[in-house]
Amino acid sequence: MGCGVSKSSQFNKHSRKAIRAAVLIQRWYRQYVARTEMRRRYTWHIFQSIEYSGEQAQIKLYNFLGYLMDNFTPSSTERNLISHIFRENDVCWDSEWERYFCYKNIEVPEVYSGPHLTFPLTVEQAVGLLEAFRSKKQLHSRYVLELLLETWKLLRMLPNINRISTCHSKEITICGDLHGQLEDLLLIFYKNGTPSLEKPYVFNGDFVDRGKDSIEILLILFSFMLVYPCDVYLNRGNHEDHIINLRYGFTKEVLTKYKIHGKRILKLLQKIFSWLPLATIIDQKVLVLHGGISDSTDLSVLTKVNRYNYVSALRPPKRRNHSSAGMSIDIDMDDDLWSTSKIYQRRASLTYPKPLGPRECFHNRSLQDFSTRIKANMENELEHSKRREVILAAALHRSQQDILSASTDSMNSDNAKDEWRQILDLLWSDPMNQDGCIPNEVRGGGCYWGPDVTEDFLNRHNMQLIIRSHECKQEGYEFCHNRKVLTLFSASNYYDVGSNRGAYVKLGPDLVPYVIQYQASSMTRELTARQSVGRTERSALKVLREQLFAHKSDLLCAFKKVDTKNAGLVSLIDWASAVESVMHLNLPWRMLRCQLVTCKSSDGMIDYYDWFNELAIKGPNTDHIDQSLLETLYRHRSTLETIFRIVDTDNSGFISMEDFRQTWKLLSVYLKMAITDEDICNLAETIDSNHDGSIDIDEFMEAFRLTDKKSRLERGRSMFMATTSDLTKLEGDPNV
Amino acid sequence: MAEDKESGENENILAIHRKITAAFEPFDYESKNTVDVREIGTIMYSLDCFPTQADIREFIAEVEENSSGTVHLDRFMPAMTKVLLENKFPPIPRSKIFQAFKVLDKEQRGFVEPEELTKFMMEEGEPFTQEEMDEMLTAHTNRKENVIYYDKLINKLTADAPK
Repeated sequence: MGCGVSKSSQFNKHSRKAIRAAVLIQRWYRQYVARTEMRRRYTWHIFQSIEYSGEQAQIKLYNFLGYLMDNFTPSSTERNLISHIFRENDVCWDSEWERYFCYKNIEVPEVYSGPHLTFPLTVEQAVGLLEAFRSKKQLHSRYVLELLLETWKLLRMLPNINRISTCHSKEITICGDLHGQLEDLLLIFYKNGTPSLEKPYVFNGDFVDRGKDSIEILLILFSFMLVYPCDVYLNRGNHEDHIINLRYGFTKEVLTKYKIHGKRILKLLQKIFSWLPLATIIDQKVLVLHGGISDSTDLSVLTKVNRYNYVSALRPPKRRNHSSAGMSIDIDMDDDLWSTSKIYQRRASLTYPKPLGPRECFHNRSLQDFSTRIKANMENELEHSKRREVILAAALHRSQQDILSASTDSMNSDNAKDEWRQILDLLWSDPMNQDGCIPNEVRGGGCYWGPDVTEDFLNRHNMQLIIRSHECKQEGYEFCHNRKVLTLFSASNYYDVGSNRGAYVKLGPDLVPYVIQYQASSMTRELTARQSVGRTERSALKVLREQLFAHKSDLLCAFKKVDTKNAGLVSLIDWASAVESVMHLNLPWRMLRCQLVTCKSSDGMIDYYDWFNELAIKGPNTDHIDQSLLETLYRHRSTLETIFRIVDTDNSGFISMEDFRQTWKLLSVYLKMAITDEDICNLAETIDSNHDGSIDIDEFMEAFRLTDKKSRLERGRSMFMATTSDLTKLEGDPNV
Repeated sequence: MAEDKESGENENILAIHRKITAAFEPFDYESKNTVDVREIGTIMYSLDCFPTQADIREFIAEVEENSSGTVHLDRFMPAMTKVLLENKFPPIPRSKIFQAFKVLDKEQRGFVEPEELTKFMMEEGEPFTQEEMDEMLTAHTNRKENVIYYDKLINKLTADAPK
């Protein structure tokens, strides 16, 4: 033990006093730390809830549109508006493809200052591409198409599940979600080196959407993959899906950056996404995939599926009539008989012959929801709907065997459904702490799987670890299920500046994951996690206030129910439960109250009319618009914009007045709200200021303050508006 | 009237129960009305209490389920209600913290140096872990002068305090 001098010899004289002082400071500081931690948790929760409910909304919308497709006659206007997003030009013949995606006649003007690519690609060119993008240059559409075609050729040769090994003491680097955040990819390459023969990489999906450089990330990843096809592996994520891209910004980004050829590029990307492998296995022991697994995940099934059939994971594969010259049968024909048989076919693909657990009910449920809406609202379709009812009833009454025999398709419907579900689970599932496997109703797709499912799966396949992404984590990574599942997320500052770190993993022959964290720092100086809480919290609360405002009518109803004396006051407890009953975000409202309700309350009662005034969002030119309509617009702005973009078939950014009206009809059916023709005319007149009969979508969204310019510019992207909206003012290089 | 007083008290207790439940819930990850014992400190702090580590340990000993590492709401509720009714761990007045820092700042310079503070916080009382210490220093050291102005620190942290 040594010398008898005590550690606190410095404080000998005042030692007791010192100890008391120390304890005081320590407990005081620890309380502050704990409170900050609480704030951080609910801030996170706010962002995550809103993010996931956005995904759920998109899936619902897509299911709704799918239902319209299935049940409206081909000649109906509504169907025509949206049918093209379901049209899968699955032409089997290469020559047709080559003609459509031909880049050879695209000239590159002399004034173009970006990189020129020659094929086969060299590593110098790939690195050159990196540098060009770092300097904010854009790749010319000719080279984009050429690069994508080469990529597609390569992907077609890859299996559904890549199997790689850490032989020769190679460490494999694995990256999670990037979401169009080029800065993070550049940071990873800076810290870890670019892909090479000695430095293999696996990228685990979600390369696009939300961030503003999605196309650049894709081009970089594809080019390195072309240069080192045995050392760069890409897994498909749930955002490698054109339906999701419509809502979350990738579609808009490409169309803005590539005004002339954007549509073609997007079409080619649809094919490429469907050809992306589903998973990667390292040393036969570590499974890397984007979302996760379920209790029915079967790798032998997944090895054999025709993954290219799943252009969007949200829709089961089309049943193809192989008789007609290899062309898709999804051609609009004014033929009711044809549409009848088509209904049978689609019905068959979506109904489940065996009563399987809750997950099937979940999918069926969304269909049933819409049938009443559609019947109730489309009055001029009454005759048609009557006919439809008869048809549907007939279809439902038939036995499964009858339906199958009506189809000429050779694909077994059981297998098709099982395959589809497996792929959906792979791309959309999240782990949970409880045992079991339940549908992921928060996101709207895939499932929640428990530690028992992990254990069972790993044992069955003789593996030891699952590496997945799909969920943002504050530290960029998180272990769960007894360290058998690792979540990896590579987009730092995802929710907001300072919200989270990104991480990547290195795996050597010992298969022990070594995690490296980072945070892209162009906008941050070094902050502790707790310091950045304040900033992120303010951001989250702002978004939350907007959400609350968007639900004003429902909230008012809920408050009035409790406020029996009609005094305009509710207690804190009642306020909290009313808000939760409307918002369904499962947030600690009581704790948030002092941040959300700043108007003074008397005796702990909240004056809710005052509160609504506090929250109100006022826009220019909106005073003459009905307030409840404005609220509807605001609440569903992402859905509205998505529908606009779907309707805008030539991707010009403009839709005609007539289509504009049809959009509203669609929306009113979807939302079960009455939006009168008069309302629509008023709106249209406000927007179509030059009276040329067409509406500028972006102008419309901005006119109603449906997008918040300020926050966009601050951040360079706006997740909650679900568009990469700082690009509206980025005209795009006409030379590109 | 005695009855009124009693019903007033009951209402008060009801309000306290709700408050405790609201603080407990965010940590009940499996919806089983249990939380990990390591979260108890945070929960108590979030209820505007300022216990020492010793206080927390004592409290846990009372409410933990047979060293299972978990605490059930059934046991947490009565114990925490008592704490709140008795105001057992009240907030620390600003002046007292100030005095505490002054003990360290013998020369009354108005600031302390990181090394001094580190030694103090990590060796005396209920020592900070390295992580806690690093966090405090990173967050609150004046970068230019490399010292910690404790009155600024106190103002900042008490501004965040519950009202």
